[in-house]
Amino acid sequence: MDPVFLSRLQFAAATMFHFLFVPLTLGLSVLVAYMEVRYARTGDETYLRMTKFWGKLFLLNFAVGVVTGITLEFQFGTNWSEYSAYVGDIFGSLLAIEASVAFFLESTLIGVWVFGWKKLSRKAHAVVMCLVAAASNISALWILIANGWMQEPVGYIYQNGRAELNDFAAVVFNKFAILEFFHTVPASFLLSAFFVMGISAYHLLKRQHIDFFTRSFKIALVVGLVSSIWVVIEGDQHAVHVTQIQPAKLAAMEAHWQTQKRAPITLFALPDEKNERNDFEIGTIPGVLSFLGYHDINAEVKGLRDFPREDRPPVLLTFIAFRIMVILGMLFPLLTIIGWFLKNRLVENPWYLKLMVAAIPLPYIATQAGWVLAEVGRQPWIVYGLMRTSDASSPLAGYQVMATLAAFIIVYGLLGAVGYYLIGKNAIKGPEAVQTA
Amino acid sequence: MLLQSIWFFLWGLLWAVFFITDGFDMGIGTLLPFLGKSEEDKRTMISAMGPLWDGNQVWLITAGGVTFAAFPLVYSVMFSALYTALMLILFTLILRGVSFEFRSKSESPAARALWSTCLFIGSVAPAILFGVAFANIFEGLPLDANHLFQGNLLTLLNPYGLAGGVLFLLFFLVHGALWLAIRTEGDLHARAVKTANRLWPVLLVVAVIFLLFSAIKTNLYQNYLNHPALFIVILLTVAGLLGIKVFLTQQSYFKAWFSSALLIAGATFYGVIGLFPNMLPSNINAEYSLTAFNASSSPLTLKIMLIVVLMFIPVVLVYQIWAYNLFKTKVTQEEMEEAY
Repeated sequence: MDPVFLSRLQFAAATMFHFLFVPLTLGLSVLVAYMEVRYARTGDETYLRMTKFWGKLFLLNFAVGVVTGITLEFQFGTNWSEYSAYVGDIFGSLLAIEASVAFFLESTLIGVWVFGWKKLSRKAHAVVMCLVAAASNISALWILIANGWMQEPVGYIYQNGRAELNDFAAVVFNKFAILEFFHTVPASFLLSAFFVMGISAYHLLKRQHIDFFTRSFKIALVVGLVSSIWVVIEGDQHAVHVTQIQPAKLAAMEAHWQTQKRAPITLFALPDEKNERNDFEIGTIPGVLSFLGYHDINAEVKGLRDFPREDRPPVLLTFIAFRIMVILGMLFPLLTIIGWFLKNRLVENPWYLKLMVAAIPLPYIATQAGWVLAEVGRQPWIVYGLMRTSDASSPLAGYQVMATLAAFIIVYGLLGAVGYYLIGKNAIKGPEAVQTA
Repeated sequence: MLLQSIWFFLWGLLWAVFFITDGFDMGIGTLLPFLGKSEEDKRTMISAMGPLWDGNQVWLITAGGVTFAAFPLVYSVMFSALYTALMLILFTLILRGVSFEFRSKSESPAARALWSTCLFIGSVAPAILFGVAFANIFEGLPLDANHLFQGNLLTLLNPYGLAGGVLFLLFFLVHGALWLAIRTEGDLHARAVKTANRLWPVLLVVAVIFLLFSAIKTNLYQNYLNHPALFIVILLTVAGLLGIKVFLTQQSYFKAWFSSALLIAGATFYGVIGLFPNMLPSNINAEYSLTAFNASSSPLTLKIMLIVVLMFIPVVLVYQIWAYNLFKTKVTQEEMEEAY
C-alpha cells in the first residue's frame, strides 16, 4: 500500500476522532464555569450539583480529548516529516506557543479543580474552572492559527529550501485563521449546548430532577441560540473569503464545473469527476453560488474545468461534506428558536424534548463535515498553493504505517466505546445529592 | 550561534523538567501492582499523582513543540526515524492518560483491574522507551547523508540503549517511591520507603555501569575533557544520587525527592552537554549529524520563541509550584472520595 495514502488515512482518522472530543471541551468548560460562578456567587446548591454533574461528563470527555491531542503533535513528525522540516519555522512555533501559553494552564488547573474542592475556597475553585475554560479556548485559537496558515500561508518567505517566518503579526492575524476561530469555537459552543439540552431533555421526558434539568436546559439554550445563529452568519463571511483564497475549494463545494456568470447551486447531484460533470442534478437555482462567493448574483465563478486536474480537490467528498454542514447548520437555529418559545413549558412539550434528545449527535456530524470540507477541500495541497500533500510525507514503508493505522483503529475504537459508554452511563444516572463543604 | 546555543540548552532543560515532573508519575504507575496491595492502597497511590500528572505531561508536549519550532529538522528526522519507538510511546501514553479518569468512573472490580493494568503499562513502557531513545541519541543513530535512518526498532535495542532504558526506569522508580513516601501514611508509606531504600543500590550500580559504558560507546566525554570545569555537572549528579541515600536515612523525604530531582536533571544535562552541539549524531559519518547549528529555525523564529518562552515558562512554573504546594500533603480520604 502507498504509505502517503495510509498516512493521510491515519491523519484523518486521528484528527476526526480527536475532534469528536474537542468541541465539547471548549463549550462545556465554559458552561460548567458559568454554573460554578453562579454557585460561588449565590451559594445555591443546585448550581453546585449542576457543576458536579456536568463537570463529571466534562472530565470524561476531556481525558479522551487530551490523549488524542498528543497524537496530533507526534504525527506531524512521524508521518509528515517533509512537511515538518519545510514549515517548522512557522507552524512548529505556533504549536509550541499553544503548549506554553494555554495547554499548560488548562492541564495544570484541571488537576487542581478535580482534587481541590476542599483545598480551595468556593470562589477560588470557581476561578480555577474559569481559567480552565479560558485556556481551552485560547488553545483552540493557536491551533486554528496554525491550521489557518496551512489554508492561507502568509508572513513567510521561501529561503534555505523552506518556508521561513518574516512577519509574525501577519501569521497571527491571518484573516483565514480569525474566520476559522470565530466559526469553530461558536460551533463548539453550539455542540455543547445541544449536548446539555439533549441530556436535560432526556431527564425532563422522564420527569425526573425537573428543576435541575430545566435550569440546565435554559442556560444551554441561550448559548445554543446565539451560537447557532452566529455560526450561519459567520459561515457566510467565511465562504466569501474561501472564494478569494481557495477558488478550487469553492468550485468543489458546489461541484461547479463550468466557469459562468450567475453561477447556480444544485441542491442534489452526483459529481462525476472523470467526465467533469454532474449526474442527476436536482433543484438547480441560478445565481446562488455567485451570491455565496461574491455576494453578487451576477458574479462569474470559475469552474473546476478551468483548474488543472492536478490542482483540484476530491469533488464528491467536498460536495457532500458541504451539504451536510449547511443543512444541519440551518436546522440548529430552527431548533433553538422553537426552544426559546417553549422554554417555560418544556415538560408539556414532549415532542420537542424527544427532538432535542435525537439532536445530540447532529452537531457532531456537522462539525466533522465542516472539517472534512476544510481539509479535503484544501487538497491536493498540505499548505495551500505552497506544498503538495504528496511531497510532505515521511520516508516510511507501507507496512509501518499499515501497522500503526490498524493500532489506531483498534485503540481509538475501544477508547471511543468506553468513553461514550461512561459518559452515557453517567448522563443517564443523573445528578447526585451533594453535601456542601 | 548564540541563539541556537541558548535554544539547545533550553531544549535540554525542557526534557529535564519533563523527566523530573512526569518521571515520578511513571514511577508510581510502575509501582502500582507491587505496592498497591488493596483497592484503597491503589487509590491512594493514584491520588498521590492524580492532581499533578496532567500538568506534568505538558512538559513533554512542550519539549516536543519546542523541538518542532526551534529545530524543525531534528523534530522531523527524530520522529520519523524512530517511528515505531515513538508510536509505542504514544500508544502507551494514551493508555495511561485515559486510565486515571476511566478507572475512577468504573465500578466493577474487573474494569478497575483493567485500567490499573493500563496505567502500569502506560507508565513502565514509556519510562524504558525514553531511556532507550536518549541512550541511542547519545550513542548516535545510523543516519545517512539524507538524514534517512538506516535501521529499525531492533537497532535501538542494543546493549547501550537497553542500559539507558533500565537506568531511566530506575530513576523514575526511586523518584516515584519518594513522592509516595511524601504523600502517604502507614503501611503504604513504609513500603514506599523500603522500596526506595532497596532500589537505591541497584540504581547506584546501574548508574556507574552506564557512565563507564558511555565512555566506550559514546563521545559524550569529549566536551568535558575540552572544558574540565564541566565535570561539575557530573559531580552534582553524583551528589544528587548520594543525597537520596543520606536523606532517606534521615527520613527527610522532601530533601530525598529533591536530591532525586537533581540526579535526574544532572543525568539529562550530563548527556545534553556531552552531545553539544549535536542533537542527532550520525554514527555513519559525523558530517551527517544534525546539530543545533545546521538544523535550527530562522533567527527571527528563534528570537520570537525565546521571548514567548521567557515570558510564559516562568508563569507556568509559578502556577505549577502553587499546585505542587497544594498537593504535597498526605492524601486524605476526602480528597480520594472527591476524585479518583
